[in-house]
Amino acid sequence: MNMLTEAAVEKALDQKMNTVPYKMIGQDVSVYYGEKRALFDVKLNIRENTVTALIGPSGCGKSTFLRSLNRMNDTIDGCRVTGKITLDGDDIYDPDIDVVELRARVGMVFQKPNPFPKTIYENVAYGPRIHGLAKSKADMDQIVELSLQRAGLWNEVKDRVHEAGTGLSGGQQQRLCIARAVAVSPEVILMDEPCSALDPIATAKVEELIHELRENYTIVIVTHSMQQAARVSQRTAMFHLGNLVEENDTDKMFTNPDDPRTQDYIMGRFG
Amino acid sequence: MASTHIFSAYDDDLKFLSRRISEMGGLAEQMVSDAVRALVNGDTALAQKVISDDVILDHAEREIGDKAIVTIARRQPMAADLREIMGSIRIAADLERVGDLGKNTAKRVIAVQSAGVPRKLARGLEHLSELALVQLKEVLDVYTSRAADKAKSIRERDEEIDAMYTSLFREMLTYMMEDPRNITSCTHLLFCAKNIERIGDHATNIAETIYYMATGAQPEGERPKDDTANTVGAVTE
Repeated sequence: MNMLTEAAVEKALDQKMNTVPYKMIGQDVSVYYGEKRALFDVKLNIRENTVTALIGPSGCGKSTFLRSLNRMNDTIDGCRVTGKITLDGDDIYDPDIDVVELRARVGMVFQKPNPFPKTIYENVAYGPRIHGLAKSKADMDQIVELSLQRAGLWNEVKDRVHEAGTGLSGGQQQRLCIARAVAVSPEVILMDEPCSALDPIATAKVEELIHELRENYTIVIVTHSMQQAARVSQRTAMFHLGNLVEENDTDKMFTNPDDPRTQDYIMGRFG
Repeated sequence: MASTHIFSAYDDDLKFLSRRISEMGGLAEQMVSDAVRALVNGDTALAQKVISDDVILDHAEREIGDKAIVTIARRQPMAADLREIMGSIRIAADLERVGDLGKNTAKRVIAVQSAGVPRKLARGLEHLSELALVQLKEVLDVYTSRAADKAKSIRERDEEIDAMYTSLFREMLTYMMEDPRNITSCTHLLFCAKNIERIGDHATNIAETIYYMATGAQPEGERPKDDTANTVGAVTE
């Protein structure tokens, strides 16, 4: 009886999951680097307040897709994106869109922690300042404190926010970068292998943070660690040779995936 | 499994588990068949062998459990591999129980042999154990082949054993009513019949586990049951 009710609750949760609205919609997204096509008509939607993990072998296009979500590919010469990507219904490749503002709404955290060679405070305050988000010094202090708190770093650095950000440990630096991304109040945070340069303890802290951030933000994370995808995400998308192979609930993806290519990849087998 | 792991030591771990399961299955089968033969022939030496063989089965189950834990910790299995390992643990537990039931049957040989087993009941028990052993043998074959459809059909055949058990139950009640001196041996035989019926259930459990291992889905619907012995003799208005 108990088991029946639990199963019912789980099913209800699944159904609830399926009704979560889409924050970003990707329609037939293709990306070309010069002549080379890196992504083939990918149709992938990103759910609101959900952690979506993108997995797949190197060169499968997962980072390319991630970078197309805030037009980071624009910075690469000869890169061309076709198809349509929307954020809350607005086409982000519309020529009228302000790319700087887009990247404030869709923030990004990179593989290697890359704090500016400035103080901890300045690292976090930089974004809000250029976007004019703080009206006064007190305002800015509050934004910095709140962002560092959200990134789970405040307690560790509150007595030395005016020291260099580069003096922090790797894990702390990465959380500082997350605080920096959070400071401009983004709606979506993109993370490109945010833990691959961190030790297991720092990784666990960042994962815990991702889990908490999900309440307020929509998160898309590229990871090479299947275990990490399984730990932190609710949805998982598998890429292979520039194609989206499968997108599914993470629970299903790692216990009984639909596509044999997903199965082979997550089980560490030859295809 | 069509393809192999990139890291080949992982394959060795999984092969170890399936080899040990097959070995356990073979021994469990042998124990059940020996126990029933010992019972029917009053062969106490054979019964003693079954009792001592159970230790091997217990040991194998623990070994499979330990290996499974280590494999999960070291390889962090996913999808079919994870189901395979969890399935191994469950199947090993079922086979260990099959061995226990064989052993319990063997232990009753001494109590039953002085009075002897009536020919008709002996035939009934043999037939019941044949059915259970066929189930067990087939389910072990399916374990090797991973044919999900066959696992499903084995699950649906447990009904026959249940029906056979119910009719044996009735027969023994009749014997006991006819002559109270039969009560001691018939009670033991009743437990033996129940043991064999339970072995069929464990074979069914294993079939369900294999189905899950192969497909990732639980077999649908209730398993068919025809064990009505629990209501035999009930006063009906």
